[in-house]
Formats: sequence, C-alpha cells, structure tokens
Amino acid sequence: MNWILTPFKIIGNFVHTFIRELGRMACFLATSFFWVVFPPYLLRRIVKQINFIGVKTTLVIVLTGSFTGMVLALQTYYALVKFGAETSLGPVVALSLIRELGPVISALMVTGRAGSALTAEIGIMRISEQIDALDAMALNPYKYLIIPNLLAGIISLPLLNAIFVVVGVWGGYAVGVGLTGVSSGTYFGGIRDFVSEKDILEGLYKSLSFGMLITWISCYKGYFTGYGAEGVSKATTQAVVLSSVTILIWDYFMTSILLT
Amino acid sequence: MIEVVDLYKSFKNHEVLRGVNLKVEEGQTLALIGGSGKGKSVLLKLIIGLTKPDRGKILINKQDISKLRGKLLKQLKERCGIVFQGGALFDSLTVFDNVAFPLREKTRMKDSQIQDTVLAELTRVGLSGAENKYPAEISGGMKKRVALARCLVMKPEIVLFDEPTTGLDPLIGKAIHKLIRDCQKSLNFTAIMVTHEIPAIFSLVDRVAMLYNGKIIASGTPAEIETSQDPVIHQFVHGELEGPISIQ
Repeated sequence: MNWILTPFKIIGNFVHTFIRELGRMACFLATSFFWVVFPPYLLRRIVKQINFIGVKTTLVIVLTGSFTGMVLALQTYYALVKFGAETSLGPVVALSLIRELGPVISALMVTGRAGSALTAEIGIMRISEQIDALDAMALNPYKYLIIPNLLAGIISLPLLNAIFVVVGVWGGYAVGVGLTGVSSGTYFGGIRDFVSEKDILEGLYKSLSFGMLITWISCYKGYFTGYGAEGVSKATTQAVVLSSVTILIWDYFMTSILLT
Repeated sequence: MIEVVDLYKSFKNHEVLRGVNLKVEEGQTLALIGGSGKGKSVLLKLIIGLTKPDRGKILINKQDISKLRGKLLKQLKERCGIVFQGGALFDSLTVFDNVAFPLREKTRMKDSQIQDTVLAELTRVGLSGAENKYPAEISGGMKKRVALARCLVMKPEIVLFDEPTTGLDPLIGKAIHKLIRDCQKSLNFTAIMVTHEIPAIFSLVDRVAMLYNGKIIASGTPAEIETSQDPVIHQFVHGELEGPISIQ
C-alpha cells in the first residue's frame, strides 16, 4: 500500500513546502514595506546601495546593451531584406529593446552581478551574527539591510534599463547604418513613427517590478540562509536561479497583461 | 536582576532547553558552564530577546522580556548588551566606526562627542591606535576587545558574554578575562558569561551555573561548584573522560 501512497506524499510535501516558502517570502516583503514608512529613513544607505546595485552595473549594461543592439540589427536586417522591409530596421530594434530585451537582459545582468553579491553579503552577516548584533542593539535589521536594497533596486533598474535601451539603439544604428547601409534618417525616422509612450511605459513598469523582484528574492535568501559556508553558497545559487526564472515568468505575465 | 523561570525552547523536534531556572543578582557576574551545543548560547539569545521561548518567563528587573513587544522590548534591549562568540563586528566598518555605530544610531551625540567617547572606550580596552583598521586586519583577541568596547559604549546595565575567550591563547584569554572583570567593577553591570575556561574563570566570577540536559543542574559559588560531589559536575569541572556524561 505504501508504494501507492509514496508519490502522493512526495507531491504533497513539495506543494506544502512551496506554499509555506511563498508565504514566508510574502511576509518578508510585507514586513519590509511596513517598515519603509517609519523613520529613520537612512537616505545615505539607500544612496550607497544605488551605487552598488546601479552605478557599478553600468559598465556591464553598456557592454551587453551595445552588443545586443548590434546583433539584433544584424539578424533583423537579413530577415527584413528578404521581404524588402529593411526600412523597418529602426522600429524593430527599438521596440524589441524597449519592450522586452532592455528590461529582461538588464534585470538578468543585475541578478548576476548585484543580486548574488547581496545574498552572499547578507548571508555572511547572518552566519557571523552581525544581524543578531543589530537586533541586540535594538536596531531593526530590515531598516538597515533590506529596505535600502529594495528601494535601491526599484530606483536603479529603470535607469539601467534606459541606459541599456539607448546604448542598444545606438549599437543597432552602428550595424544597421554603418555596415548594412540603411540610411540614418530611415533608422531614426522609423523609431519616431512607431515607438509610442505606451511602449516606453511598458518597459518602465517591467523594470520597476524586476528591480523589486531581484532585491526581494536576493535579500530573502540571504536573510534566511542556511548554516556555514555551504548554506551561504546554496542561498546564493538559489537566489540567482530563482530571480532569473521569476524574471522570465513574470515578464510573460506582465506582457500579456500590458498588451491587452 | 535577571530571573529565568521554567524556560523551554526547541528547534524543530529537538528540545534544547527543558525547564531552565536561573537567577542572577544585580551587579553579579555568573559563569554559565556546560557541554558544547547544549543550549548555553540559545539561553543568552533568549535572555536578550533575540528569540522567543516556547514557554517560561525571562524576568529582567521584574519585566518579562518574552512577553514584551515593540517599543517596550526596544527599551529593554537598549539596557542590555551582548558580546558574541566571534565578535559579530560589522566587517565593512573600521574599528572606530564599529564602536561609534550604536552611538550614531541610538543617540543624538555630536560627532566630536562621539569621537571622544569612542577613543576613550578604545583606550579602556587597550586598543588606542587601532581605530582605522578593519576587522579583517586585526587579531582574534583585538576583535573581542572591539566587540567589548562596542557593547560597553552604550553603558548597558546587563552584559552577556558568549565564550569571550574562545580561540585565544591563554595569555590573551587571561587578559580579556581581567579586562571584563575591570570593566564590570568600574561600570557595575550584571553579567552572564558562557565559558569553557574552567577552572580559570572561577576566580573571576561571583557565581557559577551548570547547564546539563536542558536544565540548570547546579548554581552556586565557584568554590561550591569546584568541590561539588555531584558526579556530572565533578566530571565536567575536572575534565574527566570517565563518568555519567557521555562523550559524543
């Protein structure tokens, strides 16, 4: 009889663990936003984290943005030229970057560079009792560790996304106009005609939510890390994997909501 | 005064504390001894309000810390300090900033006052000149001193020490013990010290309590504990391999 029940037990355990974890994560986020309202506001710490999450990721964003724009222009040009529609190169590159590639790739870059570091830093603070030390001093660890990162993520991601898109459009321009011979006026004229405010807002909403998702997951995994170096390493891996997967899943749902 | 009454705490299915009763009078220093991983640090964290007990009371000056929430808990925590086993120094801050941290966050002192207070505290613990170093650049003994300075800078009424000399050589260990004793005398705080430095610690504390099987099995003066005929206490205090305590 046991062999019949075992798969159900495994599935039941998995579902139970998943729902419990989801609930804990939701409570973690709710607690963080609850404490945002109350002083002290620690503006200096928020600026420091914007520097860490945002400014220090700029170079990676510029590099990935430019090459994404370049390869996108190259691929799109050879597809469009078959239909004689190469004049649409500018809008296709710009819309792809603004609506999808900009928010998603910049979020994945931030996850790899800053999200993993956040989890590791908070995880090490947890296992070396630095978080307990804050708590023992009657200081709220959420205020000092979680909220500055959440706010910095929400502020930084849209800005990084904007840099990614601008650099990507210019990368597409370099390839489209410089190599394949589309005229400069056609490239930018098409962008002006086809890109609307709604497209830009779509990218903005996505990057805002990705900023929150990355810092939420990274801080949560670090705050509740396991024991020792192995616990921190596991938490860091989980944070990167979960953030990346969640970004792609959330991107699909946001796109389907925003397009309707 | 600290009083722990019938305290229980378990993690998952493992019951760590099973009815702990303990009393520390004001201004006294109590050494808490017992096997490794048997719940001494958990007891300290419960006393300072870092975690909640399953049941039982922790009375600090007759206020039950386990029942307090919000502002009242915060006020009580502000009167206590803890020196963690590894120091728990903020590794991104210098020695000076570590000690200045609670002053900057909890008081409205001016920068010049903070500077004077921190330097005085660092001098008290014998660390003048090390204020610009980071925790990674100083020795284990220095880290414990910085942790002590960070704790004492807020002038707490109660200080808890979690193995303050673990991992240090005997001379530095002795120096830290003396420093704690001197600070206790000058500031007159009530202290609980988790330690394995037996019998060296007996000359420095007022009372000793032993935690065994999740309970305080004995509490008395150092002389009483040292000469106890209880087989468990005798085996532990004299470090004998044979006896009722099984070595795992």
